[in-house]
Amino acid sequence: MGFESAKNNSILSKLATNEEHGENSPYFDGWKAYDNNPFHPLKNPNGVIQMGLAENQLCFDLIEEWIKKNPKASICSTEGIKSFKAIANFQDYHGLPEFRRAIAKFMEKTRGGRVTFDPDRVVMAGGATGANETIIFCLANPGDAFLVPSPYYPAFNRDLRWRTGVELIPIHCESSNNFQITPKAVKEAYDNAQKANIKVKGLILTNPSNPLGTTLDEDTLKSLLNFTNQHNIHLVCDEIYAATVFDTPQFVSIAEVLNDNETNYCNKDLVHIVYSLSKDMGLPGFRIGIVYSFNDAVVNCARKMSSFGLISTQTQHFLAAMLSDEKFVANYLAESAKRLAKRHKHFTNGLLEVGIKCLKSNAGLFCWMDLRPLLRESTFESEMSLWRVIINEVKLNVSPGSSFDCQEPGFFRVCFANMDDETVDIALSRIRRFVGVKRSGDESNAAEKKQQWKKNNLRLSFSKRMYDESVLSPLSSPIPHSPQVR
Amino acid sequence: MAIEIEKSIVGLSKVANSDTHGEDSPYFAGWKAYDEDPFDEVHNPSGVIQMGLAENQVSFDLVEEYLEKHSEAVDCGSGISSFRENALFQDYHGLFSFRKAMANFMEKIRGGRAKFDPDRVVITAGATAANELLTFILADPGDALLVPTPYYPGFDRDLRWRTGVKIIPIHCDSSNNFQVTPQALESAYEEAKSNKIKVRGILITNPSNPLGATIQRSNLEEILDFAVQKNIHLVSDEIYSGSAFYSSEFVSIAEVLESRKYMDSERVHIVYSLSKDLGLPGFRVGTIYSYNDNVVTTARRMSSFTLISSQTQQLLASMLSDEEFTRNYIKTNRDRLRKRYEKIIDGLRGSGVECLKGNAGLFCWMNLSHLLEKSTRECELELWNSILGEVKLNISPGSSCHCSEPGWFRVCFANMSEQTLEVALTRLHNFMQKRTKKVINSSFFSFLL
Repeated sequence: MGFESAKNNSILSKLATNEEHGENSPYFDGWKAYDNNPFHPLKNPNGVIQMGLAENQLCFDLIEEWIKKNPKASICSTEGIKSFKAIANFQDYHGLPEFRRAIAKFMEKTRGGRVTFDPDRVVMAGGATGANETIIFCLANPGDAFLVPSPYYPAFNRDLRWRTGVELIPIHCESSNNFQITPKAVKEAYDNAQKANIKVKGLILTNPSNPLGTTLDEDTLKSLLNFTNQHNIHLVCDEIYAATVFDTPQFVSIAEVLNDNETNYCNKDLVHIVYSLSKDMGLPGFRIGIVYSFNDAVVNCARKMSSFGLISTQTQHFLAAMLSDEKFVANYLAESAKRLAKRHKHFTNGLLEVGIKCLKSNAGLFCWMDLRPLLRESTFESEMSLWRVIINEVKLNVSPGSSFDCQEPGFFRVCFANMDDETVDIALSRIRRFVGVKRSGDESNAAEKKQQWKKNNLRLSFSKRMYDESVLSPLSSPIPHSPQVR
Repeated sequence: MAIEIEKSIVGLSKVANSDTHGEDSPYFAGWKAYDEDPFDEVHNPSGVIQMGLAENQVSFDLVEEYLEKHSEAVDCGSGISSFRENALFQDYHGLFSFRKAMANFMEKIRGGRAKFDPDRVVITAGATAANELLTFILADPGDALLVPTPYYPGFDRDLRWRTGVKIIPIHCDSSNNFQVTPQALESAYEEAKSNKIKVRGILITNPSNPLGATIQRSNLEEILDFAVQKNIHLVSDEIYSGSAFYSSEFVSIAEVLESRKYMDSERVHIVYSLSKDLGLPGFRVGTIYSYNDNVVTTARRMSSFTLISSQTQQLLASMLSDEEFTRNYIKTNRDRLRKRYEKIIDGLRGSGVECLKGNAGLFCWMNLSHLLEKSTRECELELWNSILGEVKLNISPGSSCHCSEPGWFRVCFANMSEQTLEVALTRLHNFMQKRTKKVINSSFFSFLL
C-alpha cells in the first residue's frame, strides 16, 4: 500500500520536515555497511563487525541467573501472575513506589554509598533519550542554548534540540590536555554566546564521558558547579555510564559534590541528574530513563511530562524486584566492573601492540582511539576517507571523531563491550593486518613510505562507486534497524 | 505529598511555568476527595466511589487465564534464551512480531473490514504519547487542531502543552445527539481563520469519549470530505474501538478509506492503544497507524523519545497472535461491557435519569440538566460538588470535557465490581429522590407565595 506522499511534504510541520532528527548525516554509512553485511562468527565471518554501538553485553548471565531464581519478578510467570492485574492497571505517573525506591538505592550503590537519593525525586522518562529531552523542555525555551563539552554524544543534537527548539553550544576540549574541560574553554563558549545574543540556560555534560570514557575529577566538577552557580544557569549531569567505571580514579557524582560543605552556597535548584539502566545494566530495550532533580518545581514538571514516556509497569515491577536484591546488586556491580576492566585492557593492549594509542580511560563501553598518525593530512576529509577505509576494507564499524564534534581530526570511538571475546580478537587481528600491511617492508623513511602506501591504498579501495553510494542520503532510511550512535 | 509548583527564582521554561498541563483545574478536587477517602466494599463502604476513571476491569480474568495457560510461550523474561536479545532490542521500528500482532488485532476488532500493514504501525508509550507526537508532526506552534466537543480533558495537555498548538472546539450539542455537523466544522474553521490561526487538522475520537457512542459512517464521510476540501489532516483516535458493544456498529475511518480505494488517505492517521480495550494502561502500549509514508518515517524517528518496553512488546506479541485468545477476548469483552452499560442505564432510568443513547466505551453520558437551577457552568459545578460531597461519587462534569451545554456528566462503569456499581446506583437513586422532593416542595411553596 504505497501512497503518494511527495506532494504532501508541505502539509507536515516544520519539525517534521527539517533535518534535525539527524539521520541524513553521512555517518549512517557505517550503519548501512553493517546492516548490509553484518558479521556472524559462523554464517558471515567476513562481515562488518559492529563497533559503533555502545552496548553492555558482558553480564547478561548474571541477570539471567537471577531471573531463574526469582520467577515472581515476572508478572507472566506462574509465581508472579497474582500481581498481574494490579500492575497492568497501574498508570500513575509517580511510578510504583517500590520501583522508585529500588532505583534510588541502585543509584546510591553505584556511587559507593557516598550519597543518598530521595525516591520522591526519581521521575521516569522514555530512556535517557526521553529524560534528556524532558529536562530541556523544563529548563529552556525555543531559541535558548545549552553549553555542552565536546566531543559529545551525537544524538544530543536530536534529543536536546529537535522538538525543544533549543540550541547547543560546544565547549571545545583538546587533546593537548587529554580533552579535559578547562575553565577557560567554558568561559569562552559562554562569552561567545553572550556576544551573539544567545541566552544560555544551562550546561549539560555526560559523566563518565561519551565518547572519551573518562570521569571528571572532583575539582573540575566543583569548578563547573561554581561557574553555573555564578551565572545562575542550570547544570545537567547525564550519569548514564556511572556503573561502567572499572578503574581509578573513582567515579564522583555531581550529587556528591553538591553534598560537600565547600559547595554549601550553591543553589541546588540548578542541579539535575539524568540516569538510565541502558548502559550500566545492558537493558536498552526496557526504556528505563530517570530524571533526578534537586529542584522541586522541576521534579513536579518533569513528572507531569513523564506521561509522554512512562516506563511499562511490567518493567518497573521486574526492576523493583531485581534492584532491591542487595546481594545481587553488589555482586553485579563488582563483577561488571571486573569484566569491563578485563575487556578494556585486552582491547587497548591489542591496539598498543600495533602502535595505536587510546586516550587513558577508566569508564564506558568504548575507547577513544588516536589514529592521527594514519591520516594523510590533518583534515576532516582525511578522517572521513580513513573511516570509509576502516568500514569497507577493515570491515569494522567505528565512529569518527567528527560525528562527536571533535575539533581535531583523527580520533575514533570504538566500542568493545557489545561482543564476545572471540569477536574482539577477530577485530584486533583485522586491525593488526591493516596496520601491519603498512609496516611490512619498511624501516628507513618509514614516514614517507607510509604516506605513499596510504595514497595507493586509498586509491585502490576508494572507488568512485563506493564514494557515490556513501554520499547518497535517502529521505527514508532503508536500514531495517534504527540508527544508533550511542 | 503534593509539591506546589513554585515559580523558581531561577527561570524554568515557559512550558514548565504554563498551566497547560491542566492539573490546576477544579476537577482535581474530585481526585483529591477520592484519594483521601477511597471506597472499599469491606474496609470503607461509605467512601468515595471512583467513577471518573475510564478503566476496563471487566475482562481481566480472560487475560489472566491466558497467561496461566501459556506462561512458557509468553516468555516475557522468564524464557532465558530470548532475554538477552529482548533486553538489547531498542530499535524504534519495534519488534516485527509485535507490530504484526497489533495489526492483526486491529483488523479483528474491525471484523476484518479493514486491513492493516505492520510496517505502518509506529510504537509509542501510550496513546498520550501518540497524540502528542502526531501533533508535533502535523502542526507548527501557533497552529490549531479542530476537536469536536465534548472531548477527553487530557487532550488539552496532550495536544497543546509542549507542542504550542491550539485546540479549536467544534461545538456539538444534544439537539442531534452531539454529532459533528458540516456547519459546526465550517464554523470552527472560520473561527480559526478570523483569528488568523492556521488549521492543520481535525482530531476525532471514535468511539467518542465522553459520549460513549460510535460515529456514524455518513458522519465520518462528511468529516473526511471536509478535511479533503480544506487540505488538512484527519486523526482518528480509535482507542475505544474494541469497546463498542456490537462489532458491526463501529465503523473505522480505515473502512471508509478502503471503500474509497485509499484516495486522499495520506492525510489520515489512526491512534490506537491497549489501555482501554485490554485494560492494560500500565504497560504503555500506544500506536500510530498512518497512511502517509513521511508521517510514518518521522513518527518512527520521534518515537525514540517514547518507545514501548521490549519486554512488554514481547509479551503482547505472544498474546495477541493467539487467534483463539483474541477472538474470544474481543467478543466476551464487548458482551460484558454491553451488559454493564445496560445495568447502569436501567438503574439510572429507574431514578429518573436519562443518558445519551450509547453503544461503546467504558462510561455513559448522563443528563442532569433538569436539576440545574440555571443552565450555567457554575450551577453544573455546584451540582457536581454536591454529588461528590453528599453522594460520594466522583464523576466528571461536562465542563471538564468542554461541553457547551451545562448539566451533562460522564460516569464510568467498567472500573469496578458489579457490587460496587450497585452501591453507586443506590446512592444516586437516594440522591435523586431527595432532589426531586426538594424541587416539588420548592415549587409547591412558590405556588403558595
